[in-house]
Amino acid sequence: MFKLKFILPLALFFALVILLAVGLRLNPREVPSPLVGRPAPAFTLPSLLKPEQSITPDIFQGRVSLFNVWASWCVACRQEHPYLMQLAREGVTLYGLDYKDTREAGLGWLDKLGNPYRQVLFDESGKAGIDWGVYGVPETFVIDKQGIIRYKHIGPITPKDWEEKIGPLVRYLEKQP
Amino acid sequence: MIAEAGHLALIFALLMAALQAVFPLAGATLGMPAWVGVARPAARAQSLFLLIAFGCLVQSFVDNDFSVLYVAEHSNSALPLFYRIAATWGAHEGSVLLWATILGLWAGAVSLFSRGLSEVFVARVLGVLGLVSVGILLFILFTSNPFERLLPAPLDGRDLNPLLQDFGLAVHPPMLYMGYVGMAVPFSFAIAALLSGSLDIAWARWSRPWTLVAWAFLTLGITLGSWWAYYELGWGGWWFWDPVENASFMPWLMATALIHSLAVTEKRGAFKAWTVLLAIFAFSLSLLGMFLVRSGILVSVHAFANDPERGLFILIFLGLVIGGSLLLYALRAPTVKDHARFHWFSRESLLLLNNVLLVIACASVLLGTLYPLVLDALGLGKISVGPPYFGSVFTPLTAPLFLLAGIGPLVAWRQGNPSRLWRQVRWLIPLSIVAAVVLTVLWFDIGQIATVAGLSCAFWLATTSLLPLWQRFRHRKGLGGLRQPLGYYGMTLAHFGLAVFLVGVTVSNHFSIEKTVRLETGESATLGGYTFLFEGVREIEGPNYTAREGLFTVSDGDRITARLRPQKRFYPVQRNVMTEAAIDPSLARDIYVALGESLEGDAWSVRLYVKPAIRWIWLGGLLMMTGGFLAAADRRYRLTVKDETIVTTPA
Repeated sequence: MFKLKFILPLALFFALVILLAVGLRLNPREVPSPLVGRPAPAFTLPSLLKPEQSITPDIFQGRVSLFNVWASWCVACRQEHPYLMQLAREGVTLYGLDYKDTREAGLGWLDKLGNPYRQVLFDESGKAGIDWGVYGVPETFVIDKQGIIRYKHIGPITPKDWEEKIGPLVRYLEKQP
Repeated sequence: MIAEAGHLALIFALLMAALQAVFPLAGATLGMPAWVGVARPAARAQSLFLLIAFGCLVQSFVDNDFSVLYVAEHSNSALPLFYRIAATWGAHEGSVLLWATILGLWAGAVSLFSRGLSEVFVARVLGVLGLVSVGILLFILFTSNPFERLLPAPLDGRDLNPLLQDFGLAVHPPMLYMGYVGMAVPFSFAIAALLSGSLDIAWARWSRPWTLVAWAFLTLGITLGSWWAYYELGWGGWWFWDPVENASFMPWLMATALIHSLAVTEKRGAFKAWTVLLAIFAFSLSLLGMFLVRSGILVSVHAFANDPERGLFILIFLGLVIGGSLLLYALRAPTVKDHARFHWFSRESLLLLNNVLLVIACASVLLGTLYPLVLDALGLGKISVGPPYFGSVFTPLTAPLFLLAGIGPLVAWRQGNPSRLWRQVRWLIPLSIVAAVVLTVLWFDIGQIATVAGLSCAFWLATTSLLPLWQRFRHRKGLGGLRQPLGYYGMTLAHFGLAVFLVGVTVSNHFSIEKTVRLETGESATLGGYTFLFEGVREIEGPNYTAREGLFTVSDGDRITARLRPQKRFYPVQRNVMTEAAIDPSLARDIYVALGESLEGDAWSVRLYVKPAIRWIWLGGLLMMTGGFLAAADRRYRLTVKDETIVTTPA
């Protein structure tokens, strides 16, 4: 009764359903980074707002901070941005890295949507992005008081991510010396 | 009260859908005429209740009833009435309700326009549609109820996403859903045919007009979406290979294969099992698209509220509907006998080739869409597949389709005559190439191989599709030779539309020019022979936004071509800035101006585009749609339906 060629569509469909089910269960944003547990990679980058000023990883010393990689061409960043503004208002320290962007577009973005960052680094060529292992934008690193990367989040930060993962980690790190 | 009435109507619609599914399907199997008779009234009652529910939601938006959570989240008292109505389907909950309502309307239409079919067959078709309805309505009631209350009610709503505050929202989703959901009708015909075990030619004839109408709506919906993205997103592009666009494009490719394969099944009795499979695939891809868009499994520019629980529900629904259908197919298809014989050079063979190419093209889009997910699921990292993949994989697959579409209609059924075909078309081949070269060189000053190839294909398709009409006109010496059925004209128009579309794609892709400039008031820039004089920016006040509006005078030599007023709008409720591009459209070229950022002083960064022939893309889409509707209106489908009443006896 059964013939292989007529069962083939069903078999392919089952493979697809399994893939989709795995895709649903898996948190696609969670990719372990080899950088976790290591000090932030060295860099000397110009500030986006003050081109003559250069910034080094020293900025991370002494306070727990979030290091957010963004770009004006990134749609998901636009979605994330209002929440970053809210976190900044709540007193979270945010540093930004404007990745593979033009200064004009980056400044226009901050002008238009607000600036939640204490400092914004400008990485026009994307070289610093490679050192940080940036897959896609937005990505956010949690960095402790010693400048060591503690967590990497891929994709926009949602209130749920903050409440369940990032927020508790930041509060924990703040209690450490 | 209105929201509760809507909620209640939804529950009644679910009950009707359950009646429409259970009794007719059981009655058809057990041979109980009374149960079979439930199908039509239940389907009509279901569409009525869905219309009531949908009307209640529209009314809640019109009344600014912010005690309804969905209204509060997606509307605002300052939002103009037109957008408040369109906002009904501006987000997840309302758009699923629109989906369900349209499914109800299709089922209602089947119940009305199926008098010639046997009662048992109609009962099965409506029963299958009822089952699909039950799934969708359960999904709405359990995971996405648009009538949920928010108490205490907020003073005002959070406003509609400014991107959606546009005429496009009013027309694009309803037309697209008419197409998507319309694929449920040929699907149900196919399943009904598998259930009854009579995969005959009549089944194909009944399916054809429904499939053509759904296909025409889908074509229109995609065309409108592309046009909307072009003018609203302010990037100047018309197709982005975004997962959500792909989700609508895959069913279109499959439906296109289906309307061609249905023609073979109806006319020649061949490819029966294959046609059934295509009908299942077309609707399956509609459902898969719904899953991809609403589960948050892929990253897309179309922001629907993403929720893994909804994703799981749709996945289970998808598994039951598609898995069940394919299982039925695996059981029943082997018993289908194809007696039709045809030569390797015949219209059947060419249409089979068309089908294979379309299915492969569709598979390549599916692969590109799911590839990031596959890598992610295997733990190989996150990537995104962009236009380069689709450009290099999809284009070579479609090129033979354009060539085939030209000769397909010229080749006879069963056995074609290659030398006759050659005599007919031999002078069209050099003509197409020469015309393309001449046009490229004369009009645009540059000769590019891709452009010449694209335009040659387009001329080839345009001339070959009109060739039979020309020959008839000549041989019969006049207009009498042009008396052909509507179906024939529909096909010709759709193929011609495809050629028009191809001209638009080729010319606008290769000859569009753009420039970003810094302009102060009184300065001008030139692009493509046009001078853009920037006359400054003024503040204006919209109903629910404030805007800065630039004035540009575009001139071509001494003559003023257009005055364009692009805007930069600020929507205070969503604290969102929107770029409204200004366009001077014409068939020859679009002039497109978008305000960038305000720079120091009264200077602005401004983006200028001149895009030749880009309108032809959508004109081609509209011609294809018209072709679909024309073909569906062919008298044959109405006549044969009456003949069938005598021939068909209940299974």
